Amino acid sequence: MVKKAINTVYTMWLREMIRFERSKTRIIGSLATPLFFLVILGTGFSSVFQFRGGGTVDISFFAPGFIGMTILFSSLLGGVSIIWDREFGFLKEILIAPVSRFFVALGKAIGGVTTAMIQGVLIMVIAWFMGVKYESLMGVLAAVVVMFLSGIGFMGLGIALASKIDSHEGFQMVMSFLTMPLVLLSGAFFPISKLPGWLSVLVYRNPLTYCVEALRWYLLGSSTVPIEQSIAVLVLFALAMITLGGKLFGKMRV
Amino acid sequence: MHYAIETEKITKEFGDITAVNSISIKVEPGELFGLLGPNGAGKTTLINMLSTMSDPSSGSAKVWGFDVQRDASAVRQNIGIVFQDTTLDDRLTGRENLDLHGRLYGMDGRTRRKRIGEVLSLVELADRADAIVKTYSGGMMRRLEIARGLMHHPHVLFLDEPTLGLDPQTRNHIWEYIKTLNREEGVTIVLTTHYMEEADHLCGRIAIIDHGEIVALDAPEALKDRLGGDVITLEAGSPDDIARLCEVYKNNGCANIVSQQKKEIFVTVKEGERQIPHILNLASKAGIPILSVSLRKPTLDDVFLHHTGRAIRDNKEVSEIEQVGYRIRARRK
Repeated sequence: MVKKAINTVYTMWLREMIRFERSKTRIIGSLATPLFFLVILGTGFSSVFQFRGGGTVDISFFAPGFIGMTILFSSLLGGVSIIWDREFGFLKEILIAPVSRFFVALGKAIGGVTTAMIQGVLIMVIAWFMGVKYESLMGVLAAVVVMFLSGIGFMGLGIALASKIDSHEGFQMVMSFLTMPLVLLSGAFFPISKLPGWLSVLVYRNPLTYCVEALRWYLLGSSTVPIEQSIAVLVLFALAMITLGGKLFGKMRV
Repeated sequence: MHYAIETEKITKEFGDITAVNSISIKVEPGELFGLLGPNGAGKTTLINMLSTMSDPSSGSAKVWGFDVQRDASAVRQNIGIVFQDTTLDDRLTGRENLDLHGRLYGMDGRTRRKRIGEVLSLVELADRADAIVKTYSGGMMRRLEIARGLMHHPHVLFLDEPTLGLDPQTRNHIWEYIKTLNREEGVTIVLTTHYMEEADHLCGRIAIIDHGEIVALDAPEALKDRLGGDVITLEAGSPDDIARLCEVYKNNGCANIVSQQKKEIFVTVKEGERQIPHILNLASKAGIPILSVSLRKPTLDDVFLHHTGRAIRDNKEVSEIEQVGYRIRARRK
């Protein structure tokens, strides 16, 4: 039983890895956006901005935000790629196999998250070359765990959406209506300590906020949201979404 | 010993439409069994239920002794299926597609490697195994899918329109593979097709399906023999003449009327060559002018015509459904 489950998860993971390794342009493309942001916004902002009450903004402040953004894009995209599998027919091959749908979804999620983490780590390394000082090696390792947790959450969300959407037109809509607000309404681009009421309500309901805050804590040593709270929210988010995604995927018909 | 497939009044309804209507069939292990019918007849719906892709509305089915609803997982382990549309991962190589399939069906590394070699050589794809599937031709993809369907040594292999959209040469090749694997691997094969020649050429027994029901079931030869000899097609000037002609032959009892169209009737007689003069004589005695006459051996087309009153091909409604089907498939690519 357990062996079969692990085998299913591993098979689906393996497929994602082979596909990832083969799509070099996708890797470069997916890194380009956050990298532009990091270089241009990071440099631009730090040249002019100063927070009220002192403290300058520099590229260090933005690095966790862009890592979080990379994880979000890449995981959501990975989840929604199930729509692609359906369009190109491969989904039938999976659905007809004598294996549990839940573990298929989980394997796909872990595969997608692995690619997301590789990209997140790359951004982290590039930021380090650009002069961002990380607190400690342990902190960096903990940040990778945070990437994993958030990635699973967004991946589960993506799978859940993909199970409900039946066209790639719908997928385009979701991507733009979901990712932009999630990114803008997180702490990726601004500090969240002194937000006006309405904005802070939205920001604190956004899982990405906790991802970015946790990364900030582990990488830079300070965050507005207490780390225990961030981790608790992320764990719950990951569990809830992967359960939802697995469940909806299980009900999927071709 | 159990049947390879045994259905009991299996039915599938989509809203008001009954796609499959109370079908009961039994297929013996090792058979090469064909489901023949126009597009939209319910063949794919039936296959989908037998392969656990969708649940029957009522009735039941067993595949290799396992109930398709209660024992879906056991059914899946025992069947292979090649769908109408490709279900390969086109970013992977042929070998990787087979390997992932083997893993999903719980085969260990050594077994997989050995089996991949076997199925690849069966469909003659060994030399292209490590190319990305995207670079394959339509025929190669179909062959790879057949190979993949066989990977895990299924007892029953379903082929849904295995040669749809392939050129005649590739079609002949695929036919050879299908025969070989039925003979050499002993796999029970159930295929759907709307090509008469395909059913005729390949299948040991055929079920003719129309509007979700089986209208005839037997070996191709037996089905044709049952029509009662050679087919004579007579053309007359008007539907009136045709109706009178029917009367004449019915009363005389010399020919078996297969079907009548607006300006044509098909009759079958034993020893057609010798009977033509007699048949024409009867017509001229009754004063009905005959415009043309032809004689041929019966085909499955005639069998279908006999049972349904229309030809499998020139049915407007059907060909429209078919076109929509192609369009949907084309869009999905």
